Amino acid sequence: MKMQSKTRTVIVSATSCIAQECARLWVIEKDAELILVGRDRSRTESVAQDLRVRAPQASIEVMETNFEDPQAIQTLADTIASTGKIDRVLIAQGILPQQADCQQDLNISYNTLMIDAVSPALFAEAFVGHLQKNNHGTLALLGSVAGDRARKSMYTYGSAKALLEHFARGLQHRCAHSKVKVVLIKPGPTNTPMTTHLEIKGIKFASANRVAKDIVSAMNRGKLVVYTPKIWFAIMTIIRIIPSFIFNKMNL
Amino acid sequence: MKMSSWGRLSAEEHRVLTLSRDRLNAISSSQKPGLAYGMGRSYGDVCLNPGNTLWDTHQLDHFIEFDAKTGMLSCEAGVLLGEIQKIMIPRGWMLPVSPGTQFVTLGGAIANDIHGKNHHRFGSFGDHVFSLSLLRTDGQIIECSLDKNSNWFSATIGGVGLTGLITQACIQLRPVSGPWFQSESIAYSSLKDFFQLADDSERDWEYTVSWVDCYSKHKGRGIFVRGNQSDHDSPYVFPKKLHVPFTPPISLINRFSLPLFNALYYHRLAKKRGLEFIDYEPFLYPLDNILEWNRIYGTHGFFQYQCVIPRAQGLESITEMLNQISASTEGSFLSVLKTFGQRDALGMISFPKPGVTLALDFPNKGSSTLKLLTRLDSIVQAAQGRIYLAKDTRMSKALFMQGYPRLGEFLKYKDPGISSALSRRLMETE
Ligand SMILES: Cc1cc2nc3c(=O)[nH]c(=O)nc-3n(C[C@H](O)[C@H](O)[C@H](O)COP(=O)(O)OP(=O)(O)OC[C@H]3O[C@@H](n4cnc5c(N)ncnc54)[C@H](O)[C@@H]3O)c2cc1C
Ligand SMILES: NC(=O)c1ccc[n+]([C@@H]2O[C@H](COP(=O)([O-])OP(=O)(O)OC[C@H]3O[C@@H](n4cnc5c(N)ncnc54)[C@H](OP(=O)(O)O)[C@@H]3O)[C@@H](O)[C@H]2O)c1
Repeated sequence: MKMQSKTRTVIVSATSCIAQECARLWVIEKDAELILVGRDRSRTESVAQDLRVRAPQASIEVMETNFEDPQAIQTLADTIASTGKIDRVLIAQGILPQQADCQQDLNISYNTLMIDAVSPALFAEAFVGHLQKNNHGTLALLGSVAGDRARKSMYTYGSAKALLEHFARGLQHRCAHSKVKVVLIKPGPTNTPMTTHLEIKGIKFASANRVAKDIVSAMNRGKLVVYTPKIWFAIMTIIRIIPSFIFNKMNL
Repeated sequence: MKMSSWGRLSAEEHRVLTLSRDRLNAISSSQKPGLAYGMGRSYGDVCLNPGNTLWDTHQLDHFIEFDAKTGMLSCEAGVLLGEIQKIMIPRGWMLPVSPGTQFVTLGGAIANDIHGKNHHRFGSFGDHVFSLSLLRTDGQIIECSLDKNSNWFSATIGGVGLTGLITQACIQLRPVSGPWFQSESIAYSSLKDFFQLADDSERDWEYTVSWVDCYSKHKGRGIFVRGNQSDHDSPYVFPKKLHVPFTPPISLINRFSLPLFNALYYHRLAKKRGLEFIDYEPFLYPLDNILEWNRIYGTHGFFQYQCVIPRAQGLESITEMLNQISASTEGSFLSVLKTFGQRDALGMISFPKPGVTLALDFPNKGSSTLKLLTRLDSIVQAAQGRIYLAKDTRMSKALFMQGYPRLGEFLKYKDPGISSALSRRLMETE
């Protein structure tokens, strides 16, 4: 007889607003097991507390790690994999500093490239290896529409997200003949702590809950790339084809 | 950012600061006075602060703890009442008091000390708050309850956001057997019958409310709805939510449509006469099925007017108000009449008090609407009644001071770093 096992979901950067909304959807599923990874245990623990009230029957574990240390990331992935098969991994860390600050202070540039590109890529690398061993599981990375075309007001963040896109596509290629799925999510502007300092005229920010619903469904279906809300696919298709000699004169 | 309340009477510039649990101290760093903003489901200017800052609480949406034995729930102030219902009802617990919409925050429910259809049985929201944490703009955190810092507690309940930011609260839920209600609708033909029905129903029915026709030919008739929690059990199919997709240039509620709407509404409800089983959502939140219904009043928005009149003057004053309305060319469609129970609210400036409450809405037609509201004010004033702050944009200071006699006591607890359009209008001395 096959034992009915839980659905194990690893959420890296579980304190992210978008990730929390995903967790709230996953935690109420039957037999949910969530592993919440954060850089600060106590703040990640309060996310767990919220989820425990929402779904007392779910199993929820909190793990802390250093998001910039390759060895720590590898060890974390190995530890989680050693205690059971992983079904889903969501990697969500990100920061969005002002572009001007990135230009003036290389430390800020460095952190942005580290947290938005290097760190999630390393987590993805570490987890995909384990998914491949089991020939099972779905991993999602949070890219951004900002990664589709670089512009003067957001190129440090945007280029980091573009790296993630290449990385995700590489993993998709590598996993094409397996049952492992790698999904790249590209949200448009979303109402979360990351964007509270932004006000973009004429653009309505999506709710984190709306974006989370799209993430959960894209992961269920194993889609390769998903824009959320969908309208951003159309918008970015147009923005990508504007010739550079025009684009570079635009104030974006 | 331009911000409005539910009545859409204004859309003025505000600086909006979204609070998150890690950045609560942001409320101290502002030069200009701030004000907590929940879902903006208040109709008036109680949740607005033009030219100044609004602290948007929607990201303070975490549950903290739930004791399944006692029904005590702690959560952050931005959690929606609907979210609490959705999660807790399947586990056998429900909010004891809930307004006519579930799209309001816990903080907003406390700050307006909201009431529901079961006031005569359960009082107002503040009666079920066990404790709360208040953050002042000077950084001080005040934990309060009936036993601890009780003055702060009763200033903050119904304190319309002026005593500080409520960051979290612990509330007592009530045990229920499921999501079902048994409800009965009864048509009545006069206000006298309404009061009779209310008196006859209060003992055996937890929830009572009525819709009253304000249109001249039939004014005073209405539909009385009463309900009880029920252990009925069967799956419920939710109707699809409708959405008002845009704001029409003129109000769809107007002189021509009103008699028709009123008649349709009356007959639709009257047809449902008798007993039925109904899920908590359509029973408690009938309007939530039409998203953004406030747009039907057009670009000028609408006034809500809600008063409470002591019972002794109830019949006479309400009759007089309906006369005034039908004599005017303004008409109210969603007119709700309900009796409050014999209990004073906990909050120093809470709205509910023993008597009968009438809630009306009028499309904003400018001075003619305002004139009618002033006439209604004088009826309220003569009857020693008061007007609900959550709905007001325009009452006089005199009526406010008369209606809220504990104002002087309350002002000792006001946070100097907080203001609202309402506080500037009614509480500041020139
Ligand atoms: C369809 C509909 C039906 C309604 N039915 C009823 C009803 O039956 N009974 C009833 O009583 N009311 C009713 N209301 C009014 C509504 O319940 C109240 O206005 C409620 O307070 C709105 O909550 P909110 O979260 O939108 O708060 P807002 O409207 O955004 O704010 C209301 C007040 O609360 C303060 N506030 C909000 N959060 C905090 C916080 N964290 N700390 C301190 N202060 C805070 C604000 O500063 C403001 O003064 C109804 C409204 C609608 C739209
Ligand atoms: N919001 C948007 O408009 C938008 C649009 C497109 C893409 N995205 C992407 O979606 C993802 C989630 O963003 P969000 O909107 O949910 O933002 P958020 O709520 O601000 O979350 C940001 C997350 O990044 C983590 N983080 C920040 N700095 C870090 C550091 N130095 N080291 C390690 N972790 C760090 C945070 O952890 P702590 O809690 O420990 O600080 C938090 O978990 C990000 O990758 C973002 O780029 C967002």
